[in-house]
Amino acid sequence: MSTPKPQAPRPRRRGFSDRSLAWFFVGPSVLLLLAINIFPLVWNIYLSFTNYAANRPGTPVRGMGTRNYERLLSQEDVWESLQHTAHFVTWSIALQVLLGFGLAWLLSRKFRGSGLWTTLIVLPMMLSPAVVGTFWTYLFQPQIGIFNAIVGLFTGTTEFSMIANPNLAPWAIVLVDTWMWTPFIMLICLAGLNSVPRDLYEAAEIDGASSWRQFWTVTLPMVLPFLMLAVLFRGIENFKMFDMVNELTSGGPGSVTELANIYLKREAFEKWRTGYAAALAVILFVTVFGFANIYVKVWNAVKQR
Amino acid sequence: MLPPNPIKIGAAALGAALISLSPLASSEAQGEELTLCWAAWDPANALQELGKDFTAQTGIEMNYEFVPWTNFADRFLNELNSRGQLCDLLIGDSQWLGLGAEFGHYVKLNEFFEEEGIRMEEFLPAGVYNYATWPKGEPEYWALPAMGDAVGYVYRKDWFERPELQAAFEREFGSELAVPETWDELLQVAKFFQGRKIDGRERYGIALYTERGSEGITMGITNALYSWGVEYADPQNPYEMEGFFDSPEAVEALEFYKELYECCTPPGHSDAYMVANLDAYRSGQVAMQMNFFAFFPGIAKDEDVGDVSGFFVNPRQNVEASVLGGQGISVVSYSDNQEAALEYIKWFAQPEIQQRWWDLGGYSVHNSVLEAEGFEESTPFAGQFLEAMSNVRDFWQEPAYAELLQAMQRRVHDYVVADEGTAEEALDKLIEDWNFTFEMEGKK
Repeated sequence: MSTPKPQAPRPRRRGFSDRSLAWFFVGPSVLLLLAINIFPLVWNIYLSFTNYAANRPGTPVRGMGTRNYERLLSQEDVWESLQHTAHFVTWSIALQVLLGFGLAWLLSRKFRGSGLWTTLIVLPMMLSPAVVGTFWTYLFQPQIGIFNAIVGLFTGTTEFSMIANPNLAPWAIVLVDTWMWTPFIMLICLAGLNSVPRDLYEAAEIDGASSWRQFWTVTLPMVLPFLMLAVLFRGIENFKMFDMVNELTSGGPGSVTELANIYLKREAFEKWRTGYAAALAVILFVTVFGFANIYVKVWNAVKQR
Repeated sequence: MLPPNPIKIGAAALGAALISLSPLASSEAQGEELTLCWAAWDPANALQELGKDFTAQTGIEMNYEFVPWTNFADRFLNELNSRGQLCDLLIGDSQWLGLGAEFGHYVKLNEFFEEEGIRMEEFLPAGVYNYATWPKGEPEYWALPAMGDAVGYVYRKDWFERPELQAAFEREFGSELAVPETWDELLQVAKFFQGRKIDGRERYGIALYTERGSEGITMGITNALYSWGVEYADPQNPYEMEGFFDSPEAVEALEFYKELYECCTPPGHSDAYMVANLDAYRSGQVAMQMNFFAFFPGIAKDEDVGDVSGFFVNPRQNVEASVLGGQGISVVSYSDNQEAALEYIKWFAQPEIQQRWWDLGGYSVHNSVLEAEGFEESTPFAGQFLEAMSNVRDFWQEPAYAELLQAMQRRVHDYVVADEGTAEEALDKLIEDWNFTFEMEGKK
């Protein structure tokens, strides 16, 4: 018996290797990402250490070291805008979670017309935030606004002013954001509620658990990862909020609704302190990125419980 | 070292690609079209009408880019900063002259004026000073005075003339219900009308400027500050503001404006500028409105309120003064059509065109128009316009004006509308902001 001849290695086929083919497909996306995401970010960080002003072509750009950051962190106005943002984010999300979860809970109990109600409830989130901001200025109009007419029905006032009153205006933006985005939380919670296996409830019932107990030990833990995801999305979005509030109050009266991003826009495109505004943008980015990372870690822990 | 501008490079590449594909890219179209940029308001329509004569005379087509006032500065300053070629001619705010000149956005017009025999002496001196020169008052011209304007007031003449209202006013204040000549009288009249039922409807005193986002509340409050005789800074030392812009007069003027806002404006009038005031007045909500003269031709022609409206200038308190509006027309240095643009300026400077400009509803500041026989009677507000233009004052016209303006918007809105702190604190903070700006500019 003759031993089989060892096979000669196959000649390499001409063309792309798997690796180059992968780069061929991924490359354009990577380039695009670098061009429109990474490069502007790096450029922004560079500008934040300079006195660059975009409205002064021809003016020499000087390095400022960390002076932009030092000035920003010692500015009362910056801290005020961050406080306004914190108030807005905290209250709007708290209300949206309560209302969104409540609505999802109701809609998860199938009843006649629940589909229609779901559709109607999600309508506000289909609108553009700028449009919402604009038309709510009419609803809040002290003399002809529907909102004021409703308040008047209960309180008897005829000239109640929501967005012109410095004490109420911060609540006006919370209210409008809640009106617009509660459906988003509701939809995600609804998906969570529908994904809870029925047999868990059956087992709980057999064990004699009350409805309240079932809610705390079955429903809430199962829906919590969904709810936390929704809160993450809304938290990031509201931290970046600009358009709706800009249309609704322009940051006023005075500066009581001047959120961090409205302040940033004014510094960058009205005062044209580009370097200074770039430093603020870096601070906001690091803040939201840091919070989001910590939050995601917690979220992962909750999911794995 | 200037950082390369990546946005500009990208935009230029995209622009070049689009232009190369565009059917408009033929060389034939070059120089035969001009784009004039301005705000979207009544006088812009008049200018568009006037421009038809220019096209008929020269064959140069006119395009217009009109942007609402609230976005006007954002839009066109961005255009200038990015060295955009959208505008060949720009009717920019008087405060832009400093940056237009210093950063090379505008073409200097001295030589052109000399060659074409356009003499600045033929225009109202206040117009030339405010709409054309940089540095201020120096014979260096960056614009042709195009549109004179100032802040004035409109009132419901028919209400002021009603015997029952006159009697009620006399009972309440012991004086005649008449056009206010001082700020004290303005406050009295506004208080009188506030909440008063006239023809079965509740009316309010006055629509003031209170807008936060662009320049509104500054344009309003400076009416009071100038009337109290407040100076921005030491006349001998133009960037020393302590003791001037925070003087007792400045504090009093600011407190007075706040009082007027709180007592006598319509509910929710907390973010109002030109259009909001026009709406409040036209809808019969208020007895008086503060607004630019530029709107007065439209009001005089208005079907509902035209016949019943009267006009008056900014009341005096310690001195007579009015807030400057209006603009000059400049040639944008990034334009490829500078020759045609200069042709337009030459045409626009002619006395007969200036007269037609006034007739159409624009505000010429050409002496031949203003000094013409019968000018003061030509409209119900022509006399007041002349009076206002004789004592106009403007905000800082510095290259850093946008920064200075935004600081003022914040500090005075915080005090007047949001009721934060005191007038002294607001002015102190404002001076601190302005000092910082001037220090960064190397002027202090």
